[in-house]
Amino acid sequence: MTGDLLTSLYVFMLAAFIGFEVIRRVSPLLHTPLMSLTNALDAIAVVGAIILAGEHKRTLATILGTVAIVAATSNVVGGFLITDRMLKMFKSSRPQKP
Amino acid sequence: MPSTNTIIEIIYLVAAALFILSLKWMSSPTTARHGVWAGELGMLLAVGGTLLHHGIVDYRWIAIGLVLGTIIGVPLGMVHMTAVPQRTALSHAFGALCVTLVGTSEFYLRAPNVPRLMMAVLSMEVILGSLTFTGSLMAAGKLEEFLPQRPITYKGQNLVNLSVLAVAIGVAAYLVAHPERTGLFPVILGVPLLFGVLMIVPIGGADMPTVISLLNSYAGLSAAAMGFVLDSKLLIIAGALDGASGFILSVNMSKAMNRSFSNVLFGAFGQEQAAVAGGKETRAVRSATPEEAAAILAAANKVVIVPGYGMAVAQAQHKVRELYDALTKRGVDVKFGIHPVAGRMPGHMNVLLAEADIPYDKLLDMDEINGEFPQTDVALVIGANDVTNPAARTDHSSPIYGMPILDVDKARTVMVIKRGMSAGFAGIDNPLFYLDKTLMLFGDAKGFVGDIVRELGGGHG
Repeated sequence: MTGDLLTSLYVFMLAAFIGFEVIRRVSPLLHTPLMSLTNALDAIAVVGAIILAGEHKRTLATILGTVAIVAATSNVVGGFLITDRMLKMFKSSRPQKP
Repeated sequence: MPSTNTIIEIIYLVAAALFILSLKWMSSPTTARHGVWAGELGMLLAVGGTLLHHGIVDYRWIAIGLVLGTIIGVPLGMVHMTAVPQRTALSHAFGALCVTLVGTSEFYLRAPNVPRLMMAVLSMEVILGSLTFTGSLMAAGKLEEFLPQRPITYKGQNLVNLSVLAVAIGVAAYLVAHPERTGLFPVILGVPLLFGVLMIVPIGGADMPTVISLLNSYAGLSAAAMGFVLDSKLLIIAGALDGASGFILSVNMSKAMNRSFSNVLFGAFGQEQAAVAGGKETRAVRSATPEEAAAILAAANKVVIVPGYGMAVAQAQHKVRELYDALTKRGVDVKFGIHPVAGRMPGHMNVLLAEADIPYDKLLDMDEINGEFPQTDVALVIGANDVTNPAARTDHSSPIYGMPILDVDKARTVMVIKRGMSAGFAGIDNPLFYLDKTLMLFGDAKGFVGDIVRELGGGHG
């Protein structure tokens, strides 16, 4: 980890800058769906939990990993579902362009 | 033939790109749903790729976790739109729980030989994760009204809270220097759990938009820290994006409330409430009936409706939609002026109005609509108070002085639907109500708007 720490810091810094630039452009109209979407994306932490539960190194790690999968998966499923439900409701009064 | 690991890393790379595109497409309502699909595809790829990981020897627990999570997730995705803020707070708690549990396992799998640098990152992950977990549960409880909404404050509260946090950070620093003292690990797990609770105790309902955004940011940062521990670039990217998003929203909300970050967390608005409650004079106001209000609205060319949280509490958004229809049919130009904190989380009011089928191009945010008030015939305020208070512009002694407001007082006529003359969240009297051009419409928002609609329908047209 030590050797890669600097690379990881670069990745973090660049992603944070991209995040600021991209999210600054999101209309206040969509701030609620934005938050539920980022929440679902953040639940990508599930990949860490999957490896933990699947490696089966120790019982404690497997149990905690499984609970972590449950928590993160519910965010993935619930987050995408509600974001899409909200966005479906946003309709324009102008006729849609083809 | 590239190794499985390389394939997995390439899949993660694609997923990361999809995540960034997903957020980019959120910038406009016309492309936003593509954003959801991109996010879903990225997630599917990432989870699928992870399952190829050669370290995985047992898929049973993974399957159980995925199935249970889906069973819990579906109802959480189907909640009513008014419940979205508490659902969001709850999902911050779940995200933080996942991060904390993984961090805890990682520690015990490596203990007692945890490298110092890793211990530092692990501590950050676990501290942020656990305080976000309990803090978000508290916020969800307050929003769902399991817990009292009013801020609970006591003398020396900030000192107590900061000392608790200092203990956690102090012990973490000690652990970094002496990672072999594994017995101390539960302290950096438990103390932040307590801090999370204490942090939300003094927060009132009106401050929730800021607090939810801040917790969102913490949840993202804890996930990024987890990415450092697991050396997962994808997780670092997702965490950084989420952290940045939460941070931007928190700053927006703080600005809209005219307060600094530290003021929201350590300021406890409740104390100011007590100070301004006394010494209110009883001044004359003009009131009007639904018939009079309907007649004025029907004669207008341009109407701006300003909804506040009171409208959502009264479940009046569908009646408001009927009013919008009735007026639009008569050729009245109707728009909505939305204050950034007009709900319980950023953008909440837009969702509630979109749910009532009000077209989104009629929903204008504060900066867009403020220039239009001088040409507006009627500004109709429904269940909003402090965000329309002109004292924020003029009265230097007002506690909300400097707060950005909707300039409804610049419209030719102002109508305010309100139950009575009580003050708003901030406990501050609103001079808007006593202006000559202001008509007070006393009653329940849903009932009163319904009466106006009936009057409009009963006339010609």
